[in-house]
Amino acid sequence: MEFFERFAIPHPSPAIYASMVAIGLTVIAIIAGLTYFKKWGYIWREWLTTVDHKRIGIMYLISALLMLFRGGVDAIMMRSQLAVPGNTLLDAQHYNEIFTTHGIVMILFMAMPFIIALMNFVVPLQIGARDVAFPRLNALSFWLFFFAAMLFNISFVVGGSPDAGWTSYFPLAGNEHSPHVGTNYYMIAIQIAGLGTLMTGINFIVTILKMRAPGMTLMKMPMFTWSALITNVIIVFAFPVLTIALAMGTMDRLFGTHFFSIDNGGMDMLWANLFWVWGHPEVYILILPAFGIYSEVISTFARRNLYGYKSMVASMVIISLFSFLVWVHHFFTMGQGAFVNSIFSVTTMAIAVPTGIKIFNWLFTLWKGKIVMTTPMLYSMLFIPIFTIGGVTGVMLGMSAADYQYHNTMFLVAHFHLVIIPGVVFAMLAGLTYWWPKMFGFMLNERIGKWAAWLIAVGTCVAFFPMFISGLDGQARRMYTYSEATGFGFWNMLSFIGAGILAIGFVLIVYNIYYSTRYATRDIGADPWDARTLEWATHSPVPEYNFAITPEVNSSEALWDEKKKGHKLFKGSYQEIHMPSKSGVPFIMSAIFFVFGFAMIFSLWILAIVSLLGIFACLIHRSFEQDHGYHISVKEIEETEAKMGGAKG
Amino acid sequence: MKIDHSQPLEYGTEQNKMNILGFWIFLGAEIMLFGTLFASYFTLENRIGSGPSGADIFEITPIIIETFLLLTSSFTIGLAIHAMRLGRQKAMLTFFGITLVLGLAFLSVEIYEFFHYVHVGAGLQTSAFSAILLTTLGTHGAHVTFGLLWGLGIILQIKKRGLTVETTNKSFIFSLYWHFLDVVWIFIFSFIYLKGLM
Repeated sequence: MEFFERFAIPHPSPAIYASMVAIGLTVIAIIAGLTYFKKWGYIWREWLTTVDHKRIGIMYLISALLMLFRGGVDAIMMRSQLAVPGNTLLDAQHYNEIFTTHGIVMILFMAMPFIIALMNFVVPLQIGARDVAFPRLNALSFWLFFFAAMLFNISFVVGGSPDAGWTSYFPLAGNEHSPHVGTNYYMIAIQIAGLGTLMTGINFIVTILKMRAPGMTLMKMPMFTWSALITNVIIVFAFPVLTIALAMGTMDRLFGTHFFSIDNGGMDMLWANLFWVWGHPEVYILILPAFGIYSEVISTFARRNLYGYKSMVASMVIISLFSFLVWVHHFFTMGQGAFVNSIFSVTTMAIAVPTGIKIFNWLFTLWKGKIVMTTPMLYSMLFIPIFTIGGVTGVMLGMSAADYQYHNTMFLVAHFHLVIIPGVVFAMLAGLTYWWPKMFGFMLNERIGKWAAWLIAVGTCVAFFPMFISGLDGQARRMYTYSEATGFGFWNMLSFIGAGILAIGFVLIVYNIYYSTRYATRDIGADPWDARTLEWATHSPVPEYNFAITPEVNSSEALWDEKKKGHKLFKGSYQEIHMPSKSGVPFIMSAIFFVFGFAMIFSLWILAIVSLLGIFACLIHRSFEQDHGYHISVKEIEETEAKMGGAKG
Repeated sequence: MKIDHSQPLEYGTEQNKMNILGFWIFLGAEIMLFGTLFASYFTLENRIGSGPSGADIFEITPIIIETFLLLTSSFTIGLAIHAMRLGRQKAMLTFFGITLVLGLAFLSVEIYEFFHYVHVGAGLQTSAFSAILLTTLGTHGAHVTFGLLWGLGIILQIKKRGLTVETTNKSFIFSLYWHFLDVVWIFIFSFIYLKGLM
């Protein structure tokens, strides 16, 4: 029995046992459902083995929404615990685990897959490509992310969750202070997901550089594609740093090395530095695609071309460079001295300049535009003021001398939520609503969508503005309770109410998806928003080959040119189309990675070696396989195009 | 499949060109990976705890042998690609094989070196310095090991299928990888060994 004891939860509670039962029942329900409806073949053929960028995008999207639910439940539990002074809903250990997993799930398993979902779906369509450069690698990226997310989530019921914060600072995250396997989950699951992200980065850089439609020079790319290109460059240069940091952390925990320990020469601050050398660019990996989405949405619904295209590109390039030069501002108080702090203070505040340029460009795009207030546009309009408040308080935190007052208080928590939520979450919801008809062939209900947008915006403000005040009053972050005498009670109750409003907003979005799936008309045509870029030039939903004829473009708004300036997008006739074939190897290989990760976490060395051999077997199989894809004949294209309601081109 | 005969065979199709570009970008990520290891090495270099320092444990003879072996293998993989472009499959396979044998010899000496370090008391758990030294060398060594398996796979495929659009593409990409490992070794040689011995 000793062998099995390691899998036990170190600190169980009725809630965890209830979740175990819930997870077990869900798994049984899914298996039974698939068997009863005889859908195993369908799932395997159409989804698990697909290499189609659109389907991979949709799978990323579903995973991101599921993880949003998980992270959201964490958030509600935290706000409930803090709603009143001296609350005993959660104890200190559970609170530690919940804020740790909330951070990791929201950043790495919700926001990242959400942006990658939209990039996957939209970028190849926006540049007029058939797929990404390496379709099978794309599938591998997704499945690595997916299994890593599953691995991270089972920590909750097998062995215990990580509890050292999403930053996992050493020596707290070392074996001495975090003896159970939770932090192993952190190190290994993020490592596996990071591999997938790195592959995505390489894949999209090559796709964007090599597969653009004829006539689309770099400076004629739609702004979302530009933001995706720059984001992926940051991914390629930032993620290897995380790879090494996590590898060193893993070795400290599993093999007793002394990288980050406090004895035998180890240096705990090295972890903090490496983590944030990755971590700060990561923030921009999330925000730049969001900026790209806002650029698309604002220009579409202001019925104007984007103001300052070149300065938009230039500011993103500058942001991407600066993102690597500011990491120390995350730990001004940890003893670098005044000189180093001053340098990083200046670089931090300098980033506000290119960001400000972007905000003004959006405002100038609205100027004299014929604004149509759709749901995506509403999110964009709510984003600008709230994000600006979050951003300006960031400049306050960036002043290193003043930071000694704000550091590790709720003021900081208010700041980063007020940039990430309007910056990233609003953008993802705007993008989701905007591209939904292209993905599924019907629109989300506008009325419910706007209600949700307002509730989420109001909820964000009510939840996080009070934290500025309680933070300045001295409420530390990550404290699981406080006494009545502190006077924080009122502000935390307000935050709790705000969190409740946010939750209602998200429930409304789920309801909207249900409602629109049932009742929305399917007769929306290819271009329901009267948009400007190439993805709207093909059918909704998109046929598997994207475009029957490769489009030819001469500006960043090719479809608008066709509609208003008589530009002809599709010239010539149908040709046979070459497509990549399906493969189950990415799924199988990632599943083996899951087993490998699990074995590493629990130090099951034989299983680790066997699964590592399995991973190599998959690599060898791929190397020796001869696969030239398949062709879609002209006849099939004609049939599909006729069925989709008239040929495009 | 359209093959463009104005280009060398490894660049012959659009997919081939994308594969090569993608691999260059991957090497960019690898530079960051090793860059992080070097930055950590320089940070931890003098934090030896109660263990030995670099000057105490580095031995020049195996290091020179390793350097000689790996630099020569970088030359022979260049010759292999040259032969491949001339379409001389047998010469290509010979040089490819010599490259892998040299790589294997390098790896053997490195394994000896690791035994030596552990023997003189610089194991993985001794100090921050010994850990980052063995991790940096080990990461490079793991890359070489992976390269040996990969290269063997390519040799088998060329024997079976000849010099095709795919096998030449793979061989060329492998040569980029192998040259890259050589470049990393030059940094290891200069900034870990020579700096440590001085």
